Amino acid sequence: MTDLVRVTKLGKSFTLHNQGGVCLPVLGGVSFNIASGECLVLHGPSGAGKSTLLRLLYGNYKCSEGRIEIFHQTRWVDIATADPREVLEVRRHTLSYVSQFLRVIPRVSALDIVKEPLVVGGMANNLAATRAADMLARLNIPERLWSLAPATFSGGEQQRVNIARSFISITPVMLLDEPTASLDAENREVVISLIEEARKAGSALIGIFHDELVRERAATRRIDIQSFTIAEAA
Amino acid sequence: MSTGLELLQHALHAADHPVLNVTDVTRLYGERIGCADVSFKLWPGEVLGIVGESGSGKSTLLRCLAGLDRPSSGCVMLDDEGMTLDLHGLSEQQRRALMRRSMGIVHQNPRDGLRMDVSAGGNVGERLMDRGERHYGKIRSVASDWLRRVEIDPARIDDLPRQFSGGMQQRLQIARVLVSEPKLVFMDEPTGGLDVSVQAKLLDLLRSLVRQLNIAAVIVTHDLAVARLLTDRLMVMKGGCVVEQGLTDQVLDDPQHAYTQLLTSAVLS
Repeated sequence: MTDLVRVTKLGKSFTLHNQGGVCLPVLGGVSFNIASGECLVLHGPSGAGKSTLLRLLYGNYKCSEGRIEIFHQTRWVDIATADPREVLEVRRHTLSYVSQFLRVIPRVSALDIVKEPLVVGGMANNLAATRAADMLARLNIPERLWSLAPATFSGGEQQRVNIARSFISITPVMLLDEPTASLDAENREVVISLIEEARKAGSALIGIFHDELVRERAATRRIDIQSFTIAEAA
Repeated sequence: MSTGLELLQHALHAADHPVLNVTDVTRLYGERIGCADVSFKLWPGEVLGIVGESGSGKSTLLRCLAGLDRPSSGCVMLDDEGMTLDLHGLSEQQRRALMRRSMGIVHQNPRDGLRMDVSAGGNVGERLMDRGERHYGKIRSVASDWLRRVEIDPARIDDLPRQFSGGMQQRLQIARVLVSEPKLVFMDEPTGGLDVSVQAKLLDLLRSLVRQLNIAAVIVTHDLAVARLLTDRLMVMKGGCVVEQGLTDQVLDDPQHAYTQLLTSAVLS
């Protein structure tokens, strides 16, 4: 299997300038690789830095030290030092972030939200709409909701729209931030099979799952985040 | 007519050349600093946001970039159909021609960007005539198409802008600017002064138009939610200087500078 992600001696601390300049160290010395076809689960108690690690990998948080190399098309890109234009390019084709929350765009219908990644990728509108409809149906979103903007949907429905949007066009590297939180058993099964399909298609996934069942079924490997956590600075 | 090869060459050139290359732009008002030492590059299809409190130099900078004001020092280079031009090194006449040809400005107050005594259709059509279009029927049909795109009933094509609401006037201004398909657009608080529901509509419209037309844009705003929704990259200004810049979501979610931390923590979310 080929590696798609290489994390080397990654560290992160937050400096709060407006609260007395206090410095909060969160992660230090984080090193691991993820290969194509793997689903890596981050393990550790709340506050250990699991979400911080995912956000660092996505370039949403700025690294304090270390390297995050992502294999993008034909070359390695270090997210920690790449300029914004390069990070956006990697996000467009290679790296995606699946959160449990839908960032609602006012007035855009659920179907359009789900099909957007395909249209941006160059797929014809009709075909993209058909694929989006299939995906919404698979995640048990009732057809009468497809033409409505999700702002008024229930939390669970919004979450499923977000999953539909995220998995409709899978990327080589996918970051999953509790995508199954608060889903019922039936929809959890759908997400587990979506993860499995992405793995079989060659994606490398890394995720946070609080659900024991999902962890056991979806994960191929587990990393204990606490072994990376650095001790409180003296 | 351009040949396919020329079009391809243009496309290749555009892909690896910034539309806008800004180096050390400083604007002084006597002793006072308007903006100081601002540098950045903007590529085709990229949207850059400039945020900061009032008086931080955002609008001064925008005026220098858009050719409305002259920097005290520094350089603004623009890509114009394969040639790189120094905006402030051109003659007044050349600069005006360049501004008409390849850039557009959306003002905060639609009255500054519209001709209030000319019909809605005239406001949009005028820009097409600037670009050499002469066929009345065609101008009218493109204008009416653009009114529809910005969600103004084309039946109102002969109405004057003063008969429109504030939100409609702003959408008309956007149609007037975008009809000539500029490669570079400057926007100064495009949603300022509009009520929240109208703002959401306008943001959604701007977001999709910028994508469809692959426009490079610089948007000045003090609204961080607007910046998050519309921009790829963000520049934070304070006292005329850029204190932080980077990916929009990174600057907003993991701000490094004390001032950016203050700015992001002051927002109710």
